[in-house]
Amino acid sequence: MKFSSMLSTAGEWLRGEGPHHQVVISSRVRLARNLRDCAFPGWAKKAERTSILEQIRSHVEALPEMQDAFSEGLQDLAALDKQVLVERHLISREHAAKGAGSAVVVNRRQTLSIMINEEDHLRMQSIRSGLQLKQAFKLVDKIDTALESKLDFAFDPRLGYLTACPTNVGTGMRASAMLHLPGLVLSELINQVIQAVSKIGLAVRGLYGEGTEAMGNLFQISNQTTLGEKEEDIINRLSKVIETIIDKEHDARQTLLQRKPSTLFDQIGRAYGVLTYAHAMPSKEALNLLSVIKLGMDLGAFPEDQRLQIDELFIDTQPAHLQKSSQQKLNAEERDYLRAQIIRDRLKIFPKPDISKMVTESGNGLTNGPPSNE
Amino acid sequence: MLCDVCKCNDATVFLTQILEGKMHKVNLCEACSKEKGVQDPTSFALADLLLGIGAAEEMEKGAPAKKCPVCGFTQADFKKTGRLGCSECYATFTEGLGSLLKAMHKGTEHVGKLPERAQRAMALSQQMRALTENLQKAVEAENYETAASLRDQIKQLESERSNSP
Repeated sequence: MKFSSMLSTAGEWLRGEGPHHQVVISSRVRLARNLRDCAFPGWAKKAERTSILEQIRSHVEALPEMQDAFSEGLQDLAALDKQVLVERHLISREHAAKGAGSAVVVNRRQTLSIMINEEDHLRMQSIRSGLQLKQAFKLVDKIDTALESKLDFAFDPRLGYLTACPTNVGTGMRASAMLHLPGLVLSELINQVIQAVSKIGLAVRGLYGEGTEAMGNLFQISNQTTLGEKEEDIINRLSKVIETIIDKEHDARQTLLQRKPSTLFDQIGRAYGVLTYAHAMPSKEALNLLSVIKLGMDLGAFPEDQRLQIDELFIDTQPAHLQKSSQQKLNAEERDYLRAQIIRDRLKIFPKPDISKMVTESGNGLTNGPPSNE
Repeated sequence: MLCDVCKCNDATVFLTQILEGKMHKVNLCEACSKEKGVQDPTSFALADLLLGIGAAEEMEKGAPAKKCPVCGFTQADFKKTGRLGCSECYATFTEGLGSLLKAMHKGTEHVGKLPERAQRAMALSQQMRALTENLQKAVEAENYETAASLRDQIKQLESERSNSP
């Protein structure tokens, strides 16, 4: 698959409507693996790294899941293309900085991404829409089992899978979910949630920016430890905590709607107004306003069939995606103009917010149906 | 205040993370914070960094001036990067790493997935132990017929083990 054809379609995780997709944007699980007795990528000399890459890459490309995959050495990707992959969460920022001796292989549906010679020899990641950590783990576990029959992974009966950084040793697994929590942020409960979660060995951070400064009200929650707990237990624990956060988020939204409806309507109206008429739109402002529109949609102020328009704007207004779509290098000011233009164009067909429909929240995130009259 | 990593520039970036109730603090200069990817909240660099700095000190206590026989990695390298050199480093620096892993993780032993290779190897060595024990008992009991058959079984297992990938 060519880079251009991958770029033209959004990943399944963005288009899909997984369980609880109103609050949980995506679920990711990654496994770190290394070859026995070979220097880790950060320590290996170039020749060794290249030979490790060749050894691994052929097996990865031969996987049935990787039929017609996008596969490229990092030295053959332009800086902008690497940045696009980062914005789509298909490679890490660290991997984008790599060149010769590293590669990335992404399946057609963009649900599976395998980085070769990132910090570890293999970083296998599955990304799904909504709360689907178990499904994401299942896929990446299957890939791992298929590859381990071909490659001799560094494994110690006591310490488990051996990784370049001791923070990943054991399962080598990091499970995470991206959450949209405007209700908890607006009602100033988010810090409480972050503190409670960090006390039980999980980490929460803003996806862009830190703490309450999190742009777009987007947060990432993940397991912090990898040794001494089974993969399934880690995932169950994380899923339960996320389900609790989802409930808290829905409660916060309902409370806002009941106690501060005017504030909420005002925010949604302002976000709609600015996005529809502004001519210069910085990235941070775009994320924050789009987040409010998304909240408005969850609460019924906008028709459900326009959801993808908004979700795609979160990705399409990121700096590298903007430059890619304009086919030229843009400075920050030019990007802000273009970002505003793209948003205005997409919102042209978007109806005005209908606050009369914002009575109760539409379902519990499992369905897309109209508000139920309980 | 000096940067915790390079120890020569003034620290301008201050990080605090609360992990299972314990507070970790790191002070960095502009250059080191960029290099360590601190500006990038989507990576897991912060936790790694916090733990990495403490880790080097732990390792120094456990194994002064040790060098990995497979990849030539030293603890000084670990202090610099917060990463190990190869899988064998875990055996080389086992003393220092032990207490570090204990502080960092939920447990000290892996209880998750086992690769098939490891499962086979573990089953084989368990079988081997049982056979060797029985062989010894048979010899002690002067039951030479049984001992001979056990010895053959052990030989066969050994060849299986060396043939497996």
